[in-house]
Amino acid sequence: MGKSLYQKVWDKHLVRQLDNGQYQLFMALHLIHEVTSPQAFGMLKERGLKVAFPDRTYATVDHIIPTDNQARPFADDMAEKMIQFLDEAVAEHGIEYFPPGSGAQGIVHVVGPELGLTQPGMTICCGDSHTATHGAFGCIALGIGTSQVRDVLATQTLAMDPLKVRRIRVEGMLSPGVTAKDVILHIIRVSGVKGGVGYAYEYAGSVIENMTMEERMTVCNMSIEGGARCGYVNPDETTFEYLRGRERVPTGDEFDAAVAIWRDFASDADAVFDDELVIDADDIMPTVTWGITPGQAISIDESVPNPDQMQGLEKHHVTDALQYMHLEADMPIKGTRIDVAFIGSCTNGRLSDFELVAGYIKGREVAPSVRAIAVPGSEKVDSAARAKNLHTIFEEAGFEWRKPGCSMCLAMNPDKLIGDQICASSSNRNFIGRQGSPTGRTILMSPIMVAAAAIEGKVADAREVFHLSGQTS
Amino acid sequence: MSPAARPVPTSHPVITKLLGTGIYVQGNDIDTDRIIPARFLKCVTFDELGPALFYDQRFTETGDSKHHLLDAPCHKGAEILIADNNFGCGSSREHAPQAIHKFGIKAIIAGSFAEIFQGNCTTLGIPCLVMAEEARKEIAKTVLDTPDAELLIDIEKMQVTCANNVYSVMMKASSRQAFMAGTYDPLEHLLDGMEDIRRKARRLGYA
Repeated sequence: MGKSLYQKVWDKHLVRQLDNGQYQLFMALHLIHEVTSPQAFGMLKERGLKVAFPDRTYATVDHIIPTDNQARPFADDMAEKMIQFLDEAVAEHGIEYFPPGSGAQGIVHVVGPELGLTQPGMTICCGDSHTATHGAFGCIALGIGTSQVRDVLATQTLAMDPLKVRRIRVEGMLSPGVTAKDVILHIIRVSGVKGGVGYAYEYAGSVIENMTMEERMTVCNMSIEGGARCGYVNPDETTFEYLRGRERVPTGDEFDAAVAIWRDFASDADAVFDDELVIDADDIMPTVTWGITPGQAISIDESVPNPDQMQGLEKHHVTDALQYMHLEADMPIKGTRIDVAFIGSCTNGRLSDFELVAGYIKGREVAPSVRAIAVPGSEKVDSAARAKNLHTIFEEAGFEWRKPGCSMCLAMNPDKLIGDQICASSSNRNFIGRQGSPTGRTILMSPIMVAAAAIEGKVADAREVFHLSGQTS
Repeated sequence: MSPAARPVPTSHPVITKLLGTGIYVQGNDIDTDRIIPARFLKCVTFDELGPALFYDQRFTETGDSKHHLLDAPCHKGAEILIADNNFGCGSSREHAPQAIHKFGIKAIIAGSFAEIFQGNCTTLGIPCLVMAEEARKEIAKTVLDTPDAELLIDIEKMQVTCANNVYSVMMKASSRQAFMAGTYDPLEHLLDGMEDIRRKARRLGYA
């Protein structure tokens, strides 16, 4: 019987079984940032421990960093204190660091892949749930808590229970205007926000195989929103071509040798999965959320649900969500007025996201009532976009082109919604208060849908706004 | 093969039984942003997080009380949190279980838990117990009606006793064993494997 990629990567990194029945799993790569890791260094110090494998540990700053003026010291004293704490910790423990201004700083899940630190077959962890992003390369990529960051700093291992594997096959051809973001929003809508608990997701099928690496990253990124601990795509030629020539990837014969190893991690043709879900690409439309969880999503042509047609807890939750979002039952989501448009985040803050949007907004203008911001995911994304003059296209359309960081995805920096503003957002979570105001509202969607909403001043169908029917997406 | 026969150092107290009053926080999909809003993540230690627990549910933007159950005098000192499905979904921030812990909660009973959250709680010594919906509704009603009703959690028997009723609960086998052995914080045991770890690192053959 064949093995899945999950099983192969697990077997390769398994150290031993622990007394409570869990397993000790070696982590090939550990990424750290300023929000969830400083406390772990404090814990190490308390126990007199050192970082066991500093050469497998990389740091950057993303969550708290301002996206206007990144000059030190930061205006926010606490943000400055957190970055100082990280500066000192990485210096003390000999950890390679990509600080602002280094040319390589950015959102940790953008930085790892673009430098080629993320490679197929690895176990990867980071104190951030969107670590699942790295699964796009055929990795087991795990978001972990701070005590686990401590464990990995001290031992390069985690205590883990094995996961089951669900293969999600997305088959067919996406229609024009339907993107990777719509695919994952649709998957979460179908399988629910807790449907993935206990599982790793293997994304497969012709739609996934035809995706670029950046599109695969968008899909894997939101595995956690579907409840899965991680998600991955089997490595293939698309993966290897993306990695070829990247800064931290071997070259020449060594590259060819690495590819041979990487290729073998892919799930065997006769691998058996614990569960399988098949999705028809024809069923996937541009998808937007209407509520306060990523699973509360509908296609752009649908109306928000009516709690009167529901029972029990579900009725209660839908009523609460509509009330929070200031939406009426049965109203079409299309036409909902927006205040803010945000393109960025580890879900959709890569060069291809900005390139795609720039192609459509050129010569168009953001509605006067909308504040639109574009935040590149890293310094490398920023400089590549600038080299193509994309920032000018965004600015001429009325977007602010900001400096790299997590920004308004979780609003730990100054980029926040005000009051009950409503934001069309390319990020990953629409939780209550997520974008920095306790009453702020978020509608998740793809970057081109955000662009369409920014231009119209209301939730709109990008296929209509940008005349996408008949073109290939 | 289980290496359970080997003696292990116990660095944390075993957790087999917990007795306390309960508090019910209603709602499915209570996410970690709600448990602790991101602005409270600006810290370099977890020490001050207790008062920030569910902050925006408990207080207005000007800091006035919304009279949340967590602040009700009758629930003061409650140590067992009762919740609905998918509790703790969202981010991996340990700040969420840390805030719960620092607030004084010792255990959580819910319909289901998000996985990273549950793992973080376990490491901190907060048992996360899964209880069926009907039983959970009964317990929630009991603690709402009788806030001083005590709940007795028995980790060994996987039971919760409340108002003379006994309810069964579930937990991952590895977590249950870790609470009973006092090994829920795994660091010491991971460090024990350092020799095996170094050997594994040398044999990876890539990266």
